[in-house]
Amino acid sequence: MTANTATSDEILIGRIAGGDRLAMQVLFARHHVRVFRFVLRLVRNEATAEDLISEVFLDVWRQAGRFEGRSQVSTWLLSIARFKALSVLRRKPEAELDEETAGAIEDTSDTPDVTLEKKQKADVIRKCLSRLSAEHREIVDLVYYHEKSVEEVAEIVGIPEATVKTRMFYARKKLAELLKAQGIERGWP
Amino acid sequence: MNTNKNEVEQKLAEDVELLLPWHAAGTLSRRDAARVEAALANDNELASRYELVREELGEAIRLNETLGAPSARAMQDLFAKIDAEPARSQKTSLGFGTWLTNFVAGFQPRTLAYGASAAALAIVLQAGILAGVFVKEGGVGYTTVGLPQVQDGAFVSVRFNPQASAEEITKFLSDNKAAVVGGPASGGMYKLRLADRSLSESELSAVVKTMSASPVIAFAAKAN
Repeated sequence: MTANTATSDEILIGRIAGGDRLAMQVLFARHHVRVFRFVLRLVRNEATAEDLISEVFLDVWRQAGRFEGRSQVSTWLLSIARFKALSVLRRKPEAELDEETAGAIEDTSDTPDVTLEKKQKADVIRKCLSRLSAEHREIVDLVYYHEKSVEEVAEIVGIPEATVKTRMFYARKKLAELLKAQGIERGWP
Repeated sequence: MNTNKNEVEQKLAEDVELLLPWHAAGTLSRRDAARVEAALANDNELASRYELVREELGEAIRLNETLGAPSARAMQDLFAKIDAEPARSQKTSLGFGTWLTNFVAGFQPRTLAYGASAAALAIVLQAGILAGVFVKEGGVGYTTVGLPQVQDGAFVSVRFNPQASAEEITKFLSDNKAAVVGGPASGGMYKLRLADRSLSESELSAVVKTMSASPVIAFAAKAN
């Protein structure tokens, strides 16, 4: 995110605090896809993710006057989204949600050799990224897709910065193990 | 001694390795990025592991991009809920930071290192702004209404050049020992306080003339 976009987001929040619906539309248009994808990767259910993003932005509408600008607006949005997604997961076990989206997750029953024959390496990496635990998926997405710094991830997830670094390391290590099980030996760790 | 040195080197190498994902994503501070770059240049093994990180980064982005987007239902639901909310007052108390953001953003379209500039500007403004600032939405832009009404001193009204960056404005205020004590008024005019005491007409005219010549200022005039 550029400095200008971050500044512009803060201006929008100021206007939303004053009840400006147009500013709300602009902020929603700018961020809703990324927030949706972040939530979807956590809850693994499109309808639930859609419900959640309208709740996330409703919170923004209600709380905009209390936003102090200490973090980027996108970081604030992801923090709210994460809290709501975890609340849903607590009410509905992940296994159940996984089942609902089973069709969206590729079949992994092939032997490693067959898999390599059928898929390109990139496809296998994406499949293994999908099979990480919720905790590991979350940190990988925040770092790689949402471009969050160590400090921002710490704020969103609510863990110390040192833990952010080690959790990312273990997520990558787990990914390497999953890849190895699929026949891709990367020479690390 | 050597053991200690080796342990320190090992610890630094591990620390650099932990930072590789953020380096690939471009979200490290300049200092950390330089540290990682130096380590990559001197360590072929680390460089090959960095290529794995870059590979993961690319696939994580592709994976997320395949997730699609929410339907229009999400936005419809949101605005239906907003419409059901109780009406709120248009006058809203905002923090100084938000006012400052609006202030800076109002006249600097260029890309700039906002954080550093705003912080520097805040230091200058502190001299003139002693109370909280309330912002109310008007027909055009925002109007500050809570700035202290300073009676004594010498004042000018200025309109900043829209092309001036926050850094340039900060320097201008600092060079002229000026503090913003009011604005923006109609036409984007800001009131600056130049001194604690009154200046003679000729002194004030000279200051206005000097300020008008600055590229940071689009217009300057005496003010009461």
